[in-house]
Amino acid sequence: MLRWLRSNFVSPSRLRQLGVLGLNERNLACISAHNPRASFPSVDDKLRTKLLAQDYQIATPALLSTIHHQAEIAKFEDYLPKQGGFVIKPAKGSGGKGILVIQHTSGGRYLKASGEWISGQTVQRHLSNLISGLYSLGGHPDIAIIESLIHSSKEFADFTFEGVPDIRVIIYQGYPVMAMMRLSTRDSDGKANLHQGALGVGIDLTLGTAIQAVQHDRQIFIHPDTGSVLQKLRIQNWQYLLELAARCYDMTGLGYLGADLVVDARLGPLLLELNARPGLAIQLANGAGLKPRLQAIDQHRAQLRGPAEVSDLRVRVAQKLFTQQVCSEEPLNVE
Amino acid sequence: MKQGRSALLWTALILILLGGLHTAWRYFVHQVPLLPGSQQTYWDLEARIEMEAEGAPVKVRLAIPQSQPGFLMRSEHTASPGFGVSFIEGDQRIAEWSIRSATGTQWLYYRAQFQFDPKRHIPAVDHAPELMPSTWSLPLKAAAAQILRRSWQESADPFSLAKALAERISNENNQNGRLLLSEMSASEAMVNLLNDAKIPARILYGVKLEDGRRRQALQQLVQVFSGQNWQLFDVNSSVSLDITGNNYLLWQQQAGPILEVEGAHESRVTFSMLATHEPASSSVNALAVKDALLSLSIHSLPVSEQALFKTLLLLPLGALVVVILRVFVGLKTSGTFMPLLIALAFLEMSLTAGLITFLILVSAGLVLRQLLAQLNLLLVARVAAVIVCVIGMIALFAVISFHTGITTGMKVTLFPMIILAWTIERMSILWEEEGPLEVVKQGGGSLMTATAAFLLMDIYEVRYWMFNFLGLQLVVLALILIVGSYTGYRLLELWRFNPLANQAKGRE
Repeated sequence: MLRWLRSNFVSPSRLRQLGVLGLNERNLACISAHNPRASFPSVDDKLRTKLLAQDYQIATPALLSTIHHQAEIAKFEDYLPKQGGFVIKPAKGSGGKGILVIQHTSGGRYLKASGEWISGQTVQRHLSNLISGLYSLGGHPDIAIIESLIHSSKEFADFTFEGVPDIRVIIYQGYPVMAMMRLSTRDSDGKANLHQGALGVGIDLTLGTAIQAVQHDRQIFIHPDTGSVLQKLRIQNWQYLLELAARCYDMTGLGYLGADLVVDARLGPLLLELNARPGLAIQLANGAGLKPRLQAIDQHRAQLRGPAEVSDLRVRVAQKLFTQQVCSEEPLNVE
Repeated sequence: MKQGRSALLWTALILILLGGLHTAWRYFVHQVPLLPGSQQTYWDLEARIEMEAEGAPVKVRLAIPQSQPGFLMRSEHTASPGFGVSFIEGDQRIAEWSIRSATGTQWLYYRAQFQFDPKRHIPAVDHAPELMPSTWSLPLKAAAAQILRRSWQESADPFSLAKALAERISNENNQNGRLLLSEMSASEAMVNLLNDAKIPARILYGVKLEDGRRRQALQQLVQVFSGQNWQLFDVNSSVSLDITGNNYLLWQQQAGPILEVEGAHESRVTFSMLATHEPASSSVNALAVKDALLSLSIHSLPVSEQALFKTLLLLPLGALVVVILRVFVGLKTSGTFMPLLIALAFLEMSLTAGLITFLILVSAGLVLRQLLAQLNLLLVARVAAVIVCVIGMIALFAVISFHTGITTGMKVTLFPMIILAWTIERMSILWEEEGPLEVVKQGGGSLMTATAAFLLMDIYEVRYWMFNFLGLQLVVLALILIVGSYTGYRLLELWRFNPLANQAKGRE
């Protein structure tokens, strides 16, 4: 019994030593302390995020149309692009719920990302549920956002099964502190959702290369569907991508923020959505705790004199502080 | 951050101190014992008369109870705005209210407290009623004679005869009994049969004592005499009662009307009851009522309100369990406080019956909701349809369990149906989007939380403490505050982040 406990559970003191951030601490010390309640709607409502991002000249997938009322659903085809794919999203959804990806339209039928054809009636029902608030945070009536399909960049084709991989960057007080890429699998039904079985690959902040990967919170080395060695994953244009993420802090004013980005084959890095309550699996994907990094940023900010640093400088500061080697070898002093 | 934390600790400390003080005060000044058991049981009975006055003089006469074997009357009082009250003693005690003029809905209250005391000898002040010649209609005559003959052979004295008769009358398979009941009530049949056997008996109205019941009606009881002694029988429940069995309290001492009203219409009387446990030595209750404001005691409220609080005061404990399991363990539940409502429903049934009905209801609901999904409905309409189906299922359940003789099914009605319908809807969506594993996880988490809350709230001592020592509510509040500021790891996180520790070990 004791041995079983020891092999399956880690002691709290060891976790603290590793600097792992727990959910309770995240809720109290990160979200409550640094995310002002008034700023939440700009993140929880994806339509507002999108419009705000346009003001701040942060690239996002193109907004095609929105559906606000049940009455508009009868003629929903008018709101969809005549050809090609599109994505239907709930404006106030969470955890990737209620997102419908259509690759192709033909003769009143729609091809889902999974390769399944669905009827117009199914799309209608989905829209109706969505507007009724089935996927929204508090069950409030919602808005359907229809945006253009993202064409996955060729560089990731070997690393993902069906879906488009996205990159989650945790931004603390405007500084990127940790990043991971989420790769969809057959298990996750083409969705980049970690608890559905997508892979989480920790990404080195300086190089944009893979550190290690996990599936279902446990380490993995080869993509189960494509067979690629995950260690070889490398993201082009990494510096620009991080700066894009860091600018989201200026846009929302949230001190603890998760930015989800994608790389489009033609348009390059785009901001997909923001999250005011980013999860903690990123620590497993990186094999490192968040806490020392948050403390390092606090320390850095305390020593800062003069005007606040701009986004590209913040990215370089973070890279200097958190290159994987530096972090694991020198434990940072606590206060 | 630091400042907030110390403020919180001080608040919690002050709350605990206040709660402790109030508890100590209840213990030392009111002498409420710390453990249930070393005290007397008191029954508070309340009659509530409701009527529509017509603007003319109103006169209300209510038959009221008195001390009887097993029950000693401790106190009684009335509440009646504007009415004059007088008590008329006699063979049948009567409370009489009168007013010169009244209009609109009027409420009158009569409240009495009885001490349950089976050992004390309280003389039964009664004389047997006269025997009435029975008047059986022709078809019933043979049936009555047959029942009486069989019962007579099986019995030795008036009480055992009454018992045998009661069993025959209430037995659903007895043809003769069925025949009698087609023309009269069970109690009337019983009295007629006893009179045929030259045993004096009559129908009196009494209260079935069940803790925390509200808006009850009086029940017909048959009083059977043997010389100067008598016993009560409840033919409807087919259990013969010893008068010292503490189940029934006679409201009348003589046959006659319970309520007579002049000058008003639509009058009716309902009864509430509540058991309290207080030390026998002191006149605690008088004290509690006297400084009710100072002690902020809910024990000074009307009985029907108190009965409600008995359950309500347990809720904070359940909430504490939910918070602890969420913050320290990290259990996933569907709907944060849904488990608490489920636990409340469990309290009314037994745990196993509750778990089984919950599982059956939810799984049947999931199947139904799957069928409804085919119809392409709006969300609100679909959930409403699920509500209707859930209620239908509960009705079906009650019927089935009644006919198979399981009584717990009857109480399924206490499940929070709206919450259940939403749970079914959410779980169904969860199933589609995340797979059955997640449904099992969240459903299991909810049931585990509900069971833990139930186990805590079901402990007899805990219920006693929460109701009798209101200061403990503040302590529970303080505990919730303290748990709410915990920033350490959850138990399930120790498992979740275990690989991270192993990797770190590998690197070293």
